[in-house]
Order: sequence, then structure tokens, then C-alpha cells
Amino acid sequence: MSPDILLKIWGATLDTLYMVAAAGLIGSLIGGPIGIFLATSGKGELFPAPMTNRIVGLIVNAARSTPFIILVVAIIPFTRLLTGTSIGTKAAIVPLTIATIPFVARLVEAAIREIDKGLIEAARAMGATPMQIVFKVLLAEARPALTMALTMTAVSLIGYSAMVGAVGGGGLGDLGIRYGYQRFMPDVMLVVVIVLIVLVQLVQSAGDGLARRFDRRSRKN
Amino acid sequence: MSVSAYTVPAPGDAAVIFDGVSKHFPASGKSDGFTALDNVSLSVGRGSITGIIGRSGAGKSTLIRLVNGLEKPTGGKVLVDGVDVGGLDEAGLRELRRSVGMIFQHFNLLSSRTVFGNVALPLEIAGMAKPAIEKRVRPLLDLVGLADKHARYPAELSGGQKQRIGIARALATEPKLLLSDEATSALDPETTQSILELLKRINADLGLTVLLITHEMEVVKAVTSDVAVIDHGRIVERGHTFDVFTHPKHETTRAMLSGLPGSKLPDAVSRALKPQAAAGDRAVVRLTFFGAAAERPLISQLIKSVGAEVNIIAGTIDEIGGRPYGSLVVAYGADAETAGRAERFFTENGLVTEVLGYVA
Repeated sequence: MSPDILLKIWGATLDTLYMVAAAGLIGSLIGGPIGIFLATSGKGELFPAPMTNRIVGLIVNAARSTPFIILVVAIIPFTRLLTGTSIGTKAAIVPLTIATIPFVARLVEAAIREIDKGLIEAARAMGATPMQIVFKVLLAEARPALTMALTMTAVSLIGYSAMVGAVGGGGLGDLGIRYGYQRFMPDVMLVVVIVLIVLVQLVQSAGDGLARRFDRRSRKN
Repeated sequence: MSVSAYTVPAPGDAAVIFDGVSKHFPASGKSDGFTALDNVSLSVGRGSITGIIGRSGAGKSTLIRLVNGLEKPTGGKVLVDGVDVGGLDEAGLRELRRSVGMIFQHFNLLSSRTVFGNVALPLEIAGMAKPAIEKRVRPLLDLVGLADKHARYPAELSGGQKQRIGIARALATEPKLLLSDEATSALDPETTQSILELLKRINADLGLTVLLITHEMEVVKAVTSDVAVIDHGRIVERGHTFDVFTHPKHETTRAMLSGLPGSKLPDAVSRALKPQAAAGDRAVVRLTFFGAAAERPLISQLIKSVGAEVNIIAGTIDEIGGRPYGSLVVAYGADAETAGRAERFFTENGLVTEVLGYVA
């Protein structure tokens, strides 16, 4: 393998990391609050708004059931509007972010719904406002589950980011397709796959470690 | 023996007043409508430990949640220190809740916070500054005997220790009223006793009114001064704990009391029990005695005056609200002559009796 190719692989890895980080960050910042809303706006919950809850739930489901590759193509005009282009790393961040939002929202919702209702009742009995309950009780108690959710999001994003390569998105997937597949260089394909595996392993281990550190539920005496 | 009359606490002396309170849960989708509370009136004396006892589903959980507005009544009023809880808006409710502590069956501690952090939570919620929180939490941890565990997490503690943290947390905002929702139901008997001791101490030392709900007669007997028995959403009996225990009037109360150790007849006897006496049968009678009666040699006197054999079937000597109390189940000839002599003896000695049935 030529140094030129190795350099390309290095560059593509950085591109992938950049896309995953940007889409993960923006997607979580938007999807997280939506998830909190979904988990707290049912009938009789902290911010009761059952109608809105149902509508938001429907939109989230619709977004989640759209195949990613179709989403990428379908929102090209929107992507162009935001970034001025429909190809390359920067453009790929847009569909990746859009796909991340509902994904994160459902994971955050599930993480928060896991929390014992008794804790919410106890906080209410202390005179906590709904906002205080969200920040001091729900988010604090869900921290291990939220860490796992973000880890899962990052891992999925690494996979999705390889997919945007198919439409000229840049990054490892793009490299794998153009060199490994179209120019028939199986060694490049192999290296790309190995780098992806290593990335996923690193993210997963880091996430697991953090989640364990946050989890105080089953410490031994 | 006359039962001391139960006087309802005057409105000024009541920490909590339930005034004709009803709670109806409307039918929804899967479940039918359900009346949890039906026109309940009850006052909780300031400084008392008042117990509300009932089986599960009797409405006691709903009742206690009306006090701090976690549930809203569909009829009637709940007054806490003279304030109508139903008339408060959300902000008013939050203020009220900061002056009413609550402890729970499953403790409801935050697993992500240390012991210190859990006790500090209500103070953080109330917006207290860090140094002031520190000053408030330390003595509370001392009070419940867990100062050395301040940096531990709930998962590292036993059930009894968790409930002590729950109590410290409930006391953090210096409430005048403590609500206890089956606080000892998840604990073993020994731990239950130590938690109840702590509640008694807090009641005595801090002058805190305690309203507790439970399904365990043992709990009521050990700590409460007053008790109300709730069944199917209605208060069926109420009074000083001693009186209710020694002279239960309602069927539900009797049934719940029969579970207490010493109150239960041996199986062989209860199986053989008949409602009507036949010739040669023996009457099975429960004697309840307290006060002066408890100090006289009653049994030997009873045997002398009945002039026949007297069997002792079950018995217990106990203390209710600090007053000694004895219960004895005896059997003697059911013939008119013997029974008549026995009855005279009971009347002369001011004993409360209850004929449980007859055995061959």
C-alpha cells in the first residue's frame, strides 16, 4: 500500500470522526430535549401535553422508519440550502444529524422512563418544580443509561457515516467504495473495515466505562 | 371498665383535618371508575402520632397523598394547619410541601447521590446556599445515626439505613408534619422496631406531628397514640390506640387485630369452635384486662369463684401506647350455673369479655 493511500485513509478517518462528532453533538442537542419531552408529557406526567406528545411521537417514528439512504437523497435540497452543496463531508453532516435526532430522542425517552416513578413522587413531595425534577432527579438518575444511549448513537453514526460515502459524503465509507470497490483494491477495503471496527470498539469501551463509573446502583459494600 | 371518651381535637389543635373528603377515580379506557375515599372526616392532633390502618386497597395511600396535594380530592376539604390544600395553586402547593416531610415504603432515594446528597436534595430544591445546607445536613445525619456513612451511596446501605436516610431527608426542611407511607412495610421486624423508635424520638424531641399509614397492627400498637381504621374508603373506627385495641368495635378492626401474636387461637381450637353450645360443652371466652385488673391474681380468683375447671387456651401481656394490657382466652363449663358464676365474677372485677364460641 502506497504512502499516498495510507495518507488518504488517515484523512478519511478524520473526516469520519468529524462527521460523527458534529452530527452526534447537534443531533443530541436537539434530540435530547425531544426525548425528555416525550418522556414527561404524557397524561398525568410532569408537563402534561398528551396531544403534542402523540404528534411528536408520530414525527419521530416517521423519521426513524425512513431508510437512511433514502433520507440522504430526499433532503438534498435542504442540505444544499444549509451548506451550499450536496456532496462532501460538510453536506453529509446534515442527513446524519437529521437521522440522529429521532434516534437519540427515543433512547433518551427510554432512559428516563426507566426511572422509578417513586423518585418523581418523592421530589414532588419535597416541593420540587417540574424543571427541578428533570434536572435534579431524572437526568441525574438516568446518567448511566444516557451515557449508554449516546454511545449507541455514536456507534450507529459511524455506520451511517460510512453509508453517506455512497452518495459522495466523504470519510471512510467513501474511501472504501471509491478505492476498495470501484478501483478493486481489496487491501484498502480491508484497512477501512479494520479502522471502522477499531473506532467502534474504542467508542463502545469508552462509553461502557463511563456508564459504569456513573452507575451507583449496584456497588458492593 | 369504661372506655375513655374520644374527643376530637379542636380545630386549633389539629395539624390536619379531613373534612368530608371523597376521592373518585373516573373510569378510563381499561379500568372502571373507583371510589377510593368516601366522605372521610378525621382530624390529626398536633404533636400526635396518628395511625391510619387498613388493608391494601382500603384507600389509605390516597388519603395520605391528599395532605401534601399529591392527590386532589373530588369532594370535601383537607386543611393542613388551617390551610385548605385544595385552594392552593402550584406555587402554594410547593411551599406547603416544603413544610410537610414524607417517607416512603421503598425509600425513594436517588441512587446517583450519596447519603449526604440525598438529605441535601430538598434543601437544594428550596434554593438554600451550600454552606447552610452543610450546616443543616450534618446534625440530621447524627440524629439518624448515619454520620459516618455520609459519603456512601444508597446501594451500599441496608433497608433500615435507607429508611433512616429517608427520614433525615424528610426532616431537612424542618417540617411540622411528617407523612409516613408504609415506611416499615419493606423492613424486617427488628429493623421495623428501630425505625419506629426513631419516629417516636423525633415526635417527642422535635414536637413533630406524625401521620402514618400502614397495614400492620404491630406498627400502630408500637408508636401511635391515635388510630383510625379505614375500610373500603370509609373510616370505620377511630379513637385512642389503647381503646381501639382493647375494645375493637368494627369487624374490620377485630379481623386485623386477630393477626397479632397472642390474639390468635390455636388452630385446633379455632377449628373446633361452634357458635351454639350443646350440653356438656365448654365456653371459650376472651378476657381483656388492664389497669388495676392487671395487677390482681385474677386466674386463681376466677377458678375459685367459678368452682370448676378453667383452661387457659391463649394469652398475651403487652403494652399499647405505654399502657399495660393483657388478653387471656379461657374455657370453662358452658352450663348455665358455671357461666352465670363466671359472668358475675367478670362484672365484679370490671373485666371485658367476649364469648368466642363453644367447644365440646
